[in-house]
Order: sequence, then C-alpha cells, then structure tokens
Amino acid sequence: MLPQVLFQNRKPRRIATMEEYCRSGGYRVLEDIARGKYSPADICRIVGEAGLRGRGGAGFPAATKWMSVPVDGAYPRYLAANADEMEPGTFKDRMLIHVDPHTLIEGMIIAGYAISASKAFFFIRPSYDSSAMILERELERARQAGYLGDNILGSDYSFDIILHRSGGRYICGEATALLNALMGKRPNPMKPPPYPTVKGLWNRPTVVNNVETLANLPHILRNGPEWYKGLARTKTGAGTKLFCISGKVNRPGCVELPIGTPLREILEEHAGGMRAGSEFKACLPGGASTRYLTKDLLDVEMDFDSLSAVGHRLGTAAITVFDQKTCLVGVTLNLLQFFARESCGWCTPCREGLPYIRDLLWRIENGEGREEYIPMLRQMSRDVWNAYCALAPGAASPVESLLTFFEDEVREHIRLKKCPFSRPR
Amino acid sequence: MIPEALKRELLERTARAEHPREMAVDVMYALQGYYGYMSDEAMEEAAEIVGMTPLELEELATFYDFIYRRPVGRYVIRVCDSAVCWMEGYQSVVDHLTSRLGIGLGDTTADGLFSLIPVCCIGYCDRAPAMLINRKVYGELTPEKIDRILQKLATGKPAAGEE
Repeated sequence: MLPQVLFQNRKPRRIATMEEYCRSGGYRVLEDIARGKYSPADICRIVGEAGLRGRGGAGFPAATKWMSVPVDGAYPRYLAANADEMEPGTFKDRMLIHVDPHTLIEGMIIAGYAISASKAFFFIRPSYDSSAMILERELERARQAGYLGDNILGSDYSFDIILHRSGGRYICGEATALLNALMGKRPNPMKPPPYPTVKGLWNRPTVVNNVETLANLPHILRNGPEWYKGLARTKTGAGTKLFCISGKVNRPGCVELPIGTPLREILEEHAGGMRAGSEFKACLPGGASTRYLTKDLLDVEMDFDSLSAVGHRLGTAAITVFDQKTCLVGVTLNLLQFFARESCGWCTPCREGLPYIRDLLWRIENGEGREEYIPMLRQMSRDVWNAYCALAPGAASPVESLLTFFEDEVREHIRLKKCPFSRPR
Repeated sequence: MIPEALKRELLERTARAEHPREMAVDVMYALQGYYGYMSDEAMEEAAEIVGMTPLELEELATFYDFIYRRPVGRYVIRVCDSAVCWMEGYQSVVDHLTSRLGIGLGDTTADGLFSLIPVCCIGYCDRAPAMLINRKVYGELTPEKIDRILQKLATGKPAAGEE
C-alpha cells in the first residue's frame, strides 16, 4: 500500500471535516506548539532536516527560505500561501483544498509560528471559487475551535488567516508579483534584492509558500524528519508529491506518490497507461514551463535532483502526456499563446519576445514557415532569459526543447508547407 | 449609486483591513456584482471606498481577467483553451457554443444573457474539455451536456454546480 500523507483523509466526492482531520492526528502539532514544545527555531531545524523543498515549481528548501527572515527583522511579519495555481496542467492545490483543508490550515499556522508572523494571506485564483468558499467556511471553524485568532489554545501566540481572492492573472503566482497584488497594486514582479523575506508586504518580512509545501508541515512535525525522508523513493528526495496527470492517458487525475517514483510507473500504474491507439511521444513533466521529456527518459525518477541531472525540471509535477498523433508544434503554439497573453507586460523581453515567438510558431504550424525561423526561434528562446522574472524563461522551455528534440517535426512542417497532423477537434 | 447598506458594509470591511488598498479587488467584485460590470460610475465609487484615485484603480481593473470594464452577459462562459483542453476538444466546444448562441468569441447575446470568451487553464485538466460559467466549472463537455447547461441557465433555473 502506498503511504498517503496529504491525501490520508481523502474521501470519494466529499471534503474531510475538521473532526476527521483531528482524529487522524490533526492539530496535535499546534497543541504541542501552544504547550511550548517547539520554539520557532526548532520548527525551522526539523523542517530543514526533513529536506522539504518548495512544491510551487522552483523547489527551494522551505526552511532555508524561512531562515532568511532576519533575526532582528521588523514586525509585524506576514505569511502568504500561494494558491494562484495557473500553470497549465496543474490542479494539485485545488485537490488539496477539496480533500483535507485543515492539513493546509494547520500547516499555515506552523509556518507562521516558524517565522513569528501574526497574519497570513491565503491568495487564491478566481477560477477556484468553490475552493475559496470551502476555505472561508473551514477557517471560521478553526477560529471557533481556538486554532486561529488571539492567544491560540491559551498560548501567547496570535495568528489569523485572511482569504484574498485574486482578480485573476498568471503573473500573480510569481512571489513578488503576488505581494504587489495583495497590497492592491498592479502585480508587476519585483527584482530582488531585497528579498520578500527581508522586505515584503508593506516592507515587512514576508514568506510566500506554495499550499502543498505548507500542507506537508503538520506531518513532518508529527512524525519526524527521518520518517519524512524515508517516504521518498530516492536518496536525494524527501516526502511524497502530488502528481497531476493529464493528456493521452486512461485515467487522468491527481495522485500522491513517493517523490522519486519513476515516470513510467506513474503513467502505467497510476494513470492507467496510454489510451488505446495512443503511444507515448513526449510529456511535459512539470507544467507548461518545463521542457518536453522524450521516450528515452521514461524511467527517470521523478524528483528534483534526478530530473535536473538529465536536464529537466520537476516544476509543479503536472505531467501532460502527448501521443504520436499530437502535433508538438501545435502544442507549443498553444502554450506560447498562453504565455504571450498572460505576460504582465512589465519588461520588454517577455512582452515583445513571447508574441514574436508565438508568431513564428503560428507561421510554421500554418504552412508559412521558413528554414531561417528555426535559428530565430533558438535565439529568441535564449533572449527571453533577459526578462525580469522567471516566468519568461519558463515560457521558452517548451520552445527550446521542441527544437532540440523535435527539430525534424518542425522541419517537416516547413517542407510540406502545412501541418502533417490532423488538428484536434 | 450602490445601495447605502452595501456601501456601509464595504466601508466597514475596508476599515477592518490593515491597509484599505488590499481590499481593492474585493470591493470591485462587490460593485461588479451589483452593476454587472465596472462602469465609470462604479469605478469612482469603488475608488472612493478604498481611498484610491479612479486612475490607480483603473490600473487594476484593466489588468485582471475577472473585472469587466464593459457590459457582459448575466452568464459569462469562459472556455478553457490551454493545452490539455485544446487537445481534448476545445475547438468543438467553441464551435458548438458559437452556433447555439449565435455569437463569436468576445461577444454577448442580444438578450444580454450570455457572453462567450476563451480563458487560460482553469485547473480542470483531469476533466477536459472544461469551461467556467461565472464561478462554476463544467467538465467533460459534450454537445449534449452543453445544451443541457444552456437550457437550464436560459430558463432561469439555477445552474447546477459540478463541484
């Protein structure tokens, strides 16, 4: 049986209640904190030893981020939970909220305590309104139970969580842009330094964590760092991971698996294998901002280090699978349409570069391609790395990898003066 | 003008926030709920509530996908056009909707009931193709299912939430 941690209270078609979460050991870490069992430094140390890495896409060690809040940093301090999940192919944060919202709420309180924050914002995209309503209701229940608010469980720690509905744009998921959005400003990204952990919301130390990262915390504290590391299938990994599988498989969905589970096993055993008549051609292993991964790497272990060792990224661990009948020029054009539309427009490489790339891809896909577009596309994919934030280099990943692994397919479009595949209907 | 009670409620909520500006999007959502979209008048009222100039608020209103500066239908249909839905039948969903509603993408029906726009990934890739109507999600769309949904909305019965 696979260990289910974040999804241990998963019920078919309903949300786990606070009582069910408590019965499974929930809020016990918070009770320990209220009794003085852990100092904030203890929490940072334990989470650091557990090797928890950020689940939002970048994989930065969570405890290292917390510890970059200066010891003498100003108060009040803030925590922001990032549920602006807009990476195409990704829906794990939505699943988490719909499965067991209190593991997330307790995780936020623990993170808040670790950085001595008094307030947290739960930043959620408008398309997830049903998730936002669940959270509003469950936050109120946690308040009634004394888990949130002034003097939590009789301790001298006070902390509350405010739900913030986004107006909806992809850039808001970028940590510094998210902070601007929370402050009611146009959500442009900001270039560090200063880092948000030094000067974030209203110039106070602020930590932005992905909701899956936060949901791991109660379990790490409850069971210890050795247990957490032991959950992984690889030595370099730690914990479990929510994988979202979509595309040409039989059973698309979100599953919790040990980090480091081989890609082939995820697709064959947990996503029901390829659909009848479909053969694996490539996948995006971690959302739209990662490189296409080809057949020869099907046995790669899905963790941060194993993927980066072969030139790929785990990203959000949203695996989108393409089959031999799918035109990857078409897919890349679709992805660039997304990135160009969602560019916030703040910096030139992204605002001007992405539509340029999209236009070249459109011409190739629609029979107007020319040989010289290939080096142009290569050059442009490198140039967008000059952008202000990490989202533009992310946008270049599918383009660069299309040209690296599927150059023949691109050339065939140009030679035939049309797309050799039939368009999806 | 928005009703006095709504204005009072929004002023109270804004006063409770640490910084009034953090309420900018919430206040716009509330006024949009009342007016149907953010008219110039609504922009001025909202700006006053959060203590911003209408121009500062405009920076946000024109930036965000879910704030409308132009009138929209009572039901805004947003069809996901990102990669997974695109592979799984986005085009037939849009073709069916445009022929049923008699409008193109970006348009609103003459009776003011429906607007149709594409939207980027809404996180329902496991149930592609999918669409949002106002804040509700509908997945695994087929022409028959779309017809049932439109029928329900047009006859005034409440939209059945999928989730």
